[in-house]
Parts: sequence; structure tokens; C-alpha cells
Amino acid sequence: MANRSLVAIEEYSKEKILYMLEMAKEFEKCPNRKILDSKIVATLFFEPSTRTRLSFETAANRLGAKVIGFTDPKVTSSTKGESLKDTIMMVSNYADVIVMRHYLEGAARYASEIAPVPIVNAGDGANQHPSQTMLDLYSIYKTQGTLENLNIYMVGDLKYGRTVHSLLMAMRHFNPTFHFVAPDELKMPDEYKLYCRKNGIRYEEHRDFNEDVIADADIIYMTRVQRERFTDLMEYEKVKNVYILHEQMLHKTKETMKILHPLPRVNEIAYDVDNSPKAYYFQQAKNGLYARQAIICDVLGITLDEVRNNK
Amino acid sequence: MQENKKELQVAAIENGTVIDHIPADKLFSVVSILKLAEMPNNITIGFNLDSKKIGKKGIIKIAGKYFEEEELDKISLVAPHAHINIIKDYKIIEKKSINMPHELVGIVKCNNPKCITNNEPMKTRFTLIDEEQGILKCHYCEKEQNKEDVVIL
Ligand SMILES: [Zn+2]
Repeated sequence: MANRSLVAIEEYSKEKILYMLEMAKEFEKCPNRKILDSKIVATLFFEPSTRTRLSFETAANRLGAKVIGFTDPKVTSSTKGESLKDTIMMVSNYADVIVMRHYLEGAARYASEIAPVPIVNAGDGANQHPSQTMLDLYSIYKTQGTLENLNIYMVGDLKYGRTVHSLLMAMRHFNPTFHFVAPDELKMPDEYKLYCRKNGIRYEEHRDFNEDVIADADIIYMTRVQRERFTDLMEYEKVKNVYILHEQMLHKTKETMKILHPLPRVNEIAYDVDNSPKAYYFQQAKNGLYARQAIICDVLGITLDEVRNNK
Repeated sequence: MQENKKELQVAAIENGTVIDHIPADKLFSVVSILKLAEMPNNITIGFNLDSKKIGKKGIIKIAGKYFEEEELDKISLVAPHAHINIIKDYKIIEKKSINMPHELVGIVKCNNPKCITNNEPMKTRFTLIDEEQGILKCHYCEKEQNKEDVVIL
């Protein structure tokens, strides 16, 4: 069997993305399907991430699978010097699929090359986190009815924010127009702007963040502006309150516009936004469940048709 | 040839491979990349020799050894303009140039301390993504790095 692991979102073609979104849609219609009755899903969290782990484990449980694994690296032998390879080979003896999060970059890629079972990357350091991108895509698709020709505003930390980089690359198939709204210190890196130009993706950069800048948005994707990212703390003090979305900034925006955020938020979305019908970040997190059900099924070789025929 | 023989700075070999025009400061990198220290062959190394083209150069003559092309391509990282001469009966029977390989396995170390390759007993793997500018991309952590900045293993 070909290795069906999901390590990086770039492995998905346009067709594959759309196919995965269809599968997620099936799971949203009916999340409880005992498709994985006899399967065991391992969740190996070498670095804690409660949100991601709960989402994957709920996905596995709703599919009828049993879940094994660990979350605290202190209780496993990885701190006793056991190599990643040895841990992966050991767990492969027990589980049908391994969902792993690791603090080292490239860990999931390496695991996918040595493991006899498929690997799902649930985040490897600052590198890849494809299930986050799939839930972002699903949220956009669901709220806009399409992924094509959208105005997507990315706001906040565009330099270190891996979710915005992955989303940017995944959207290349769908003719988007990006607006990058960030302070100078956290601007979108040149390599991604170059990527946009190479792929014929339009983008504009903004330093200001106000109701006029965002008036045309279909999606506003907010990210955290963290103090520790700044080399110049004066600069942080200057911008820390600039990239905050308030309810009164939404009046000029489209009816159908939705606000996304990978969560957890700190203060970048004011609480008065929560009651707006344009706030979508809590539903977005819920969409992660359906996206992850689809990912687990796909790496195990279960097709969309099989999902549809199993109610 | 005549002139060359007259002022030969390192003794000639009867059969084998001569790697010439290695930048002097890269000579020992070439020695380590080709694992010459582990070879039983008779090897002559010339260091800091005068070169009209590159100032100070290094030269390596390995008796009785013919390399696979992909082995030689590994030294393209440090000595892309080196000349390879294949010697038989004291004569050059073939000249080869070096090509930058598309993939480098187990040759250079990733610059990213958080890369799995720096924390696990495994081989590194890089893809050459921009030949002109010498940009390598780590297959694992996906960080792009300039070939000037990477350390040879
Ligand atoms: Zn690396």
C-alpha cells in the first residue's frame, strides 16, 4: 500500500482539497459513523497541545475507533533518550494510524518515511500543521459557498504565523486576492510574497487596520500579535493596540464576511465582536472535528463513497 | 602538457583520478566528502599551490581509483569549478566537470537546530531548489539555506 500519510498541506492537489472538503461535509451532516470500529488510532503528543489533541481524539471516537497514546513527554521514554524512530516503530505495532505532534521540525516527515502505518502530522514545530489548514479551508468554503475569487485579509503576526503561511499556499489554486495587514516587524516574509507573484496571486500590504481597509473583505483571518516576537519593545507598545478588531469596525463590511482565528485568542478580537453574526471563530474550531474525521479516514484508505454509504 | 610536466608541483600518477583547481581553503572539505582518509589507495595531496586562475589551490591525486560520477558531484558544494582528470598510463584520457546534484543525502548538516535531523540518528537530505543561487532546501524541516552557509558533515 502506498504511504497515505498527511505531513504537509502542499501534498494536496486542488482536486484533493475539494474532495476532502466534501468528505468533511459528510461528517458534519452526521458525525457519528462507526467506520473505524475495529481500528486503533494513536495520538502521540511529544509536545502538549490540548486543543488539537481533543479535536483529533473526538474525531477518532466519533468514528468508532479506540484511541491510545500519550500527551506528556515526561512520562514516555523520549526523555530517557529513546529515539523518535524507536517510539514510532513500537507504536506502529499497536496502532493503525499515528497522529503526532512534535516540537522538532521535520519529525512527521521522518516518521512517515519509517512507519509501516500512516502518519498524520498534528504540528511539527514551526513547520506544518495541515489539519489546521484543512479546517480553515472548510470554514471558508462553508461560509462563502466557494473557495474561488475571495478577498482574504490576514491580520496581525504574518511573519511567524504558520497558519497564515499554510493557508496562503493552499489557497493558490483558487484565485484569491490577499491583503496583508501587519506592523513592519511582523510583515509577511518576502518568500511568501515571491510565492504569490510566482503563482499569479494578487496581494496588497497595509500597515493601517481600520474599517475602510477591511471593507471589501470576504474573510478576515486574525492572528495573535505576541510581545515576545518583537526585538524592539517600544515598537510593540506602539502597535499592540492597533491590530485589534472591534465591533464598530465591521459596519462597512459585507453581510457575508466572516472572521476567523486559529485560537486561542488573547486580545486581538474584542469581546464585543463575539455577538456579531460575522464572528465565526468558535464554529471554525468545531469544523476542525469534521476536517480531522476526513483526514483520519483518508489516510486509512477510506473513500468518500464509503463514507457516504455508511450512515 | 609539456609545460605542465616541466613545473609539476606534485608527482604524477600512473593510473587514477586527479582533482585539480580546488580552492585551497576547501581542500580538506573535499578530502572529507570523498572519505579519502578511509581509503587504502596511494594519495598525494598538494596544498597552497600557486594557481593562475584561483590564487592558491589544492590538488589531489588518487592512484588506482576511479570515482562514480555521483560521488564526485558531492564536492560541487565546496569546489564547483574543480577539474577532474582521469589518468591512464600517465596520460589524461578523460576530463570531467562537476555537476551540482539535485539531491544531497548525508552530506551537509541542516542549519536549523530544531530540525529533526539534528536530533535523531538519521541522514540529512537536501534538494537543490535554485542552482544559480545555490539554495538548498531541507527535505525534513523545509528550511531553505544557502550552500555557503551549510556545514559539511
Ligand atoms: Zn532541516
